[in-house]
Amino acid sequence: MSDTDTSPSLSASLATLHSAIEQYIPLGRSGLLPALHAAQKIYGWLSEPVAAEVAKSLHVPLADVHGVIEFYTLFYNKPVGKRIIRVCTDQACALKDADGVLHHLCSHHGIEPGQTTRDGTLTIEASPCLGLCEQAPAALVDDQAETNINLKNDSYGLGRPRSIVGGSLRLLTANCGSGTTSLEKYGEYAALKKARGMKREDVINEVKASGLVGRGGAAFPTGIKWEGTAKAEGNPKYVICNADESEPGTFKDRVLLLDDPHRVIEGMAIAGYAIDSHKGYIYLRGEYPYIVPALENALSEARQAGYLNEDFDIEIRLGAGAYICGEETALFESIEGKRGFPRVKPPFPTTFGVFGKPTIINNVETLCNVPLIISQGSAVYRQIGTEKSPGPKLFCVSGDVAKPGLYEVAFGVTLRDLIVMAGGMANGQSMQAVLFGGAAGAFATSVHLDVKLTFEDLRAAGLPLGSGVVMVFDETHDMRDVLKRLGHFFAHESCGKCYPCQMGTQRQMEILNRIAAGNMIEGDLQRLQDVGWTMMDASLCGLGQTAASAVLSAIKLWPEMFEVRKSKSLKVVNAKKKVVAKAKVVKAKAKTKSVKKKTSKAVKSKKKSAKSKSKAVNSKVIKSKSKPKKTVARKSAKRK
Amino acid sequence: MTENITLTIDGQQVSVEQGTTLLKAAQEIGKDIPTICFHEATTSNALCRICVVEVEGQRLLQPACIVKAAPDMKVQTRSERVMRARKTILEMLASTMDLSDAPAILTMMDEYGARAERFPDAERREVEVKDDNPMYVRDYSKCLLCWRCVQVCASDAQYTFAINFNGRGYETQIGTFFDKSIPETTCVLCGQCVAVCPTGALKPKREFLLEQGMSPNEISVMNTGRKRRKT
Repeated sequence: MSDTDTSPSLSASLATLHSAIEQYIPLGRSGLLPALHAAQKIYGWLSEPVAAEVAKSLHVPLADVHGVIEFYTLFYNKPVGKRIIRVCTDQACALKDADGVLHHLCSHHGIEPGQTTRDGTLTIEASPCLGLCEQAPAALVDDQAETNINLKNDSYGLGRPRSIVGGSLRLLTANCGSGTTSLEKYGEYAALKKARGMKREDVINEVKASGLVGRGGAAFPTGIKWEGTAKAEGNPKYVICNADESEPGTFKDRVLLLDDPHRVIEGMAIAGYAIDSHKGYIYLRGEYPYIVPALENALSEARQAGYLNEDFDIEIRLGAGAYICGEETALFESIEGKRGFPRVKPPFPTTFGVFGKPTIINNVETLCNVPLIISQGSAVYRQIGTEKSPGPKLFCVSGDVAKPGLYEVAFGVTLRDLIVMAGGMANGQSMQAVLFGGAAGAFATSVHLDVKLTFEDLRAAGLPLGSGVVMVFDETHDMRDVLKRLGHFFAHESCGKCYPCQMGTQRQMEILNRIAAGNMIEGDLQRLQDVGWTMMDASLCGLGQTAASAVLSAIKLWPEMFEVRKSKSLKVVNAKKKVVAKAKVVKAKAKTKSVKKKTSKAVKSKKKSAKSKSKAVNSKVIKSKSKPKKTVARKSAKRK
Repeated sequence: MTENITLTIDGQQVSVEQGTTLLKAAQEIGKDIPTICFHEATTSNALCRICVVEVEGQRLLQPACIVKAAPDMKVQTRSERVMRARKTILEMLASTMDLSDAPAILTMMDEYGARAERFPDAERREVEVKDDNPMYVRDYSKCLLCWRCVQVCASDAQYTFAINFNGRGYETQIGTFFDKSIPETTCVLCGQCVAVCPTGALKPKREFLLEQGMSPNEISVMNTGRKRRKT
């Protein structure tokens, strides 16, 4: 492959490149990521002459272009296969044997994860969370989502992922669950119309009065953000929709954007009016390429209807594989065409955002609340939820529940309610733990089942709401494996800027690997805590500050899991496990022959593997309030 | 024009000009806050975090090199949390890279009781020495990623943009466009990167060769880009 790209025909082929990146040249450095995406679309990867040509066209230093390619995992500076399959091996998929899927695919094609077949047709990679957690195990096949992969009956869904929506409310998700909502079906932007008839500061006051706080994880009051940006000196001002949803276990923004893009666009347009901004960006994570056409179509519908115009328009920016770019300042850097390094704060985005200008940056779900608030008024809006946590909230429920999916509820329902809504525990198992708020969250156990899901109650219980992740684990899982994956995730996603996180995530991963393997060394617990606290206390951004959050919560809940003696005695158990694992591989290999090309384009029977597993709520767990933590953990250890 | 601000550092009151960083404010009363990535000539990025201090009312530790003094601020430069963070960062550094050419950091380790062997079985960053130009040698096993070289090569000084970063996270490393040798890049051999390197990762070629045991005469014969002075 590389031969063709460096051959004399290069100049001819570079002409194709020119026409593909021409539109990004006026953007200068800010056009770098779009230009690299466009170039990679043509050549499959970014060779030296291609990168040099992009650099020359956009007037970006060569070393900087290389630095950017190196930072983002979806950019390749070495040849890769014509088709790329990225198998998610993060937590929610791991529960559904993602490792088995990855190994099966790899052995079928005779390669190791990360390798390309000899004929250059296929590359298979392990991937961090793809945001398809409720349809695990999942993969990304080029630009298509492959979901509910079932090796036993060789079934899976391919293409646009389904949206599984439920809950006790359907306000934010009113149009979700049955394909992309067209403008015709969405109806006129009534809230925008109403807002444009109001004074700008009144729009902001309404949002402030609603008590809306950010739904991306930080829970900052939205109205205050808007007010700060409106009052800040400097022009132009920007509105950014943070759709870089990458928190393992989170998939709400995927559903909202894919099924109801107009709600987000309307929310952004209202924000644009409120602060007198003329330009908005939707920064979409690179792992959601299948959302781009739906979003582009919605934008053009909104333009045709006159909702977007020269007064306010929106551009889509596609990320390229970097969890850190969900951090707001790293996202700005990425839009500016740089490596996604978070900036030191202050200055905050309200005064010094993208391109150094005042910027509103809100999460997708946050923006979806805005039309609701403006159209019915903050007083009506506040009737939903509790006084301190008003409004509807989306929860991404995944793992060992009967019906994983996106659940919309009013703030104030309990964790138990939510799990019941999701059909209770799957397979008649008991609950062992819930990962709350994502990888950057904390573990809860059955003692937390009656905690109300509000900011105030969760804070009191020491649980973060985060991005609304509720990942449920039954008793059959070894929580040490869960921790190992969390450790791997953060080590993979640390940007490398500040020392505590750059080295801490690596050391944390190494220790968690030892714990999972039953090879703990004397002093590992103290090391783990010192590293964790140091990351939490001293890291530059939210990634490092929360990279040990779940681990530290696990140490509190299951101290015996971190004892050297116990961990060593588990060695025998682990040896057994390996044998079992091997047997599985053998089985998988035997199956390979009968399995046809997994990657064939044809959308095969989408039959999900839902064998209608015992829908009955595991009353034992859901009802029994307190299970002594220690026994829970010990049991899990023994089982393994 | 400039107003003075009074704050408390480790229980001691100090008055400084508005805009003074906590690092400088502490220096004024003779309190040394350790730094690694900080350099007077480069933009402070607050990335090594060794200078963190505890500021009353703040949830997180604050980097003293960029946080400005504010009225009535109460700062602790050696609280328990601060000491744990500094010690752990130093121990992680020692488990990651070769600090043999960084005496200032080794001294710091002694001061904070940081043990080099604290993290056994840790993956180290080890790279082969890059000796590809007549002026300097790059030994990235000794690099602690303070960013200064990249900054002076770019808009902090030289506007040459010859180097940037490879990889990310723990795998980050200073690199050139598609790993080209220095003479193939835009490098003008100005030497500023070598001047700001705190750990001997960038070293003048002559110094490197002397360390290898070569005599000054042998080195001259090698024509390392240094012209012999006419007598």
